[in-house]
Amino acid sequence: MPPFNPTAARVERELKHGKPLVGCRFDPSGRFLFASAQDDTVQRFDLVTGAKTAFVGHRCWARGLAFVAPKPAHAAKAVPPKPVGEPFAAVGLGGFVEPAKIEPFTLITADYHGNLTWWPGGAATPKPTRTVAAHDGWARAVAVSPDGLTVASCGNDHTVKLWKAADGSAIRTLEGHESHVYNVAFHPAGGRLVSCDLKGVVKDWDWKTGKCERDIDAKVLAKYDTGFMADIGGARGMAFQSDGSAVAVCGITNVTNAFAGVGNPVVVVIDWKDGKGKVLKPKAAFQGTAWGVAFHPSGAVIAAGGGSGGRVWFWNPDDPASTHTITVPTHCRDFALSPTGDRFAVAGANGTAYVYDFTGTGATAPPPPKK
Amino acid sequence: MRSLPTPPVSRRAFLGATAALGLGGFANPAAAAELKKSQKRVLVIFLSGGVSQLETWDPKPNTDTGGPFKAIPTSVAGTHISELLPHTAKQAHRLAIVRGLNSGSDDHGIGQKIMLTGRKMEPGIDYPHIGAVAAKLLASDQSALPGHIQILPKGGSGFTGGDATFLGPRFASVSLGDGKPPADILRPTGLPADADAAREAFRQKLNARFAKSRKSAATEAYSESYTQAERVVRQAAVFDVSKEDPRVAERYGRHDFGRHLLLARRLLEAGVTYVKVSHSNYDTHHENFDFHIEQLGEFDRPFAALLDDLSDRGMLDSTLVVVMSEMGRTPRINDRYGRDHWSKAWSVCLAGAGIKGGVVVGKTNATGTAVTDGQVSSGHLFHTYLRAVGLDSTKNFYPDARPVPVADPKAAAIPEVLA
Repeated sequence: MPPFNPTAARVERELKHGKPLVGCRFDPSGRFLFASAQDDTVQRFDLVTGAKTAFVGHRCWARGLAFVAPKPAHAAKAVPPKPVGEPFAAVGLGGFVEPAKIEPFTLITADYHGNLTWWPGGAATPKPTRTVAAHDGWARAVAVSPDGLTVASCGNDHTVKLWKAADGSAIRTLEGHESHVYNVAFHPAGGRLVSCDLKGVVKDWDWKTGKCERDIDAKVLAKYDTGFMADIGGARGMAFQSDGSAVAVCGITNVTNAFAGVGNPVVVVIDWKDGKGKVLKPKAAFQGTAWGVAFHPSGAVIAAGGGSGGRVWFWNPDDPASTHTITVPTHCRDFALSPTGDRFAVAGANGTAYVYDFTGTGATAPPPPKK
Repeated sequence: MRSLPTPPVSRRAFLGATAALGLGGFANPAAAAELKKSQKRVLVIFLSGGVSQLETWDPKPNTDTGGPFKAIPTSVAGTHISELLPHTAKQAHRLAIVRGLNSGSDDHGIGQKIMLTGRKMEPGIDYPHIGAVAAKLLASDQSALPGHIQILPKGGSGFTGGDATFLGPRFASVSLGDGKPPADILRPTGLPADADAAREAFRQKLNARFAKSRKSAATEAYSESYTQAERVVRQAAVFDVSKEDPRVAERYGRHDFGRHLLLARRLLEAGVTYVKVSHSNYDTHHENFDFHIEQLGEFDRPFAALLDDLSDRGMLDSTLVVVMSEMGRTPRINDRYGRDHWSKAWSVCLAGAGIKGGVVVGKTNATGTAVTDGQVSSGHLFHTYLRAVGLDSTKNFYPDARPVPVADPKAAAIPEVLA
């Protein structure tokens, strides 16, 4: 693998929606970027054809996005999408091979009315196939187990819940958090699950037995603001390293004024073996919150956030100060890394999802598909 | 702790204010006596910082400005409020919601003054807060407790309220930080009661002699603070919420706001004319939705419990309850999920004495960016408060022997909310 060069990151395309975005994720093939918005929709951007498809059915914002793909190995073989018009192979006179057929997959969304909704992720006219009333209050995040059989959700009712991916039936409820649960993620090996709440308590669960194996301290993410008499905190983003050796959570720290967002973005990388966290911070001063985080295949940690503008930060895993920063023209409210790590996206408060690649060529967005 | 207040009023104004209106502030003693029989009280619940009307009384779900919360039905068919107030929703038949408020200032301090005085700021005059007006016009001269008390979420306690302006320090607020009386107010355990009484008599004698030749507004205010403190000391048990029936206390909840609201009920029941309870904080420029979940989660259940409790005790018909802020919040959601200051179209909620329950007055447009019907100001609300408790809001005060209307003469009571 060539050395990872974050300075080569350039905007590959701008995916405009027009309403502020709240979340974004690549599907397991890397062909689509899904972005959820303040107009209660989820938008699917086809990075191959340029098509934009609306998933309409929520009655509120849906920040949680996760996928069930029937062939998990499919993601590892994903072909980076090509812009529309560029031939996959020349066929006859002026012809192009059709873009690769979409393998069926399921999108599961978690919304702020506490619902989980199943959707046919690749459908031309997607409609919900199932809705489960999962949580009392917000369902803040959703994750799918590595084998694609189990769904985990978490929310404002202080619980983590497990569901069968195939039919949405409830498996069990994990209780123990004492505040809103902000995020949840399966360990890549499958048997464990982590969740993080408003107070920065990370719980490591054996989800098959329901036992909490340990609490991990990420309280650097949390603060009770005595001036405004309210709590701020929670893991706004969460991601495992692909080999399961670490899990990263991100949010806001050093808060001096919660109601004005005066604090600093922070990532905590927790060593899976010993449960100890290492704090990563932006090198340059920045006021705001880190809203999404991921481990690049090279081992680098990437996070994005907003506050006094939008930023993407890159860290070498051994260096607590960021090594490279990208200024994004909008607050970044979520971050997604493609399955192959060759591109990433941020969900913009200005209604645009920015997709970056590491080619350094700064390719412009493809033209919309001809009808 | 007894301390020297800073009076904002001249001696002449202080004496003039009490002389012109007579007993209870009315020229007609018979009317005052009648009012005393059915003692009216006022409770203001002040949601400090500017509560979002879209997350409380005037939700706009599924719009660009609505945010992620639902609107839920209430006990009044056709009336919906935010899902963040499920207990309050069951009390809607007791509430009058005013949705067309345009209060004119997006500033915390100015907004608070506008809302509590019913007046825009004017040069040359400082208007008294509703608490001072209520204490002046409703309280009995022989009341065993201060007539104007404010319960603050934290901070110190004291007798230094300057909010009575020309009405005089007797009607200024007594502050209870975290609901506690000023420290060291109670007689030290080593000091016998008779010795304390003798000491107090001596102090009054010295004061009286001093006042013969050097009486001023400052000394009046200083003396008044001792009088207020003495009233508090005599009724110390009222301030102790641990003496409440545990079953009742449980309904209010165990957090600070619940405890403060319970204290307010105790004070009103003991005869305090006006209590203001502040709940902090709602100034949510950042992550408005998360913080309103938390703050309204503290407000909702105790507020509903209070209404039930007042009703159970036969006090709801004689107690005006007002839920207000210094302003509302912008319909526009900013990049940090916040809402900013907004005074153009927001809401307050009334209940209790003289209020018609189950009504909604005033409308805003689909996104809440403008009032489309029934626009009112803080002046209209001030008139409404006074009328609700049986007072003539068109009367005058006479500080410095000049007439000052009790309420803004450019406004009038809102008839649709009056019973």
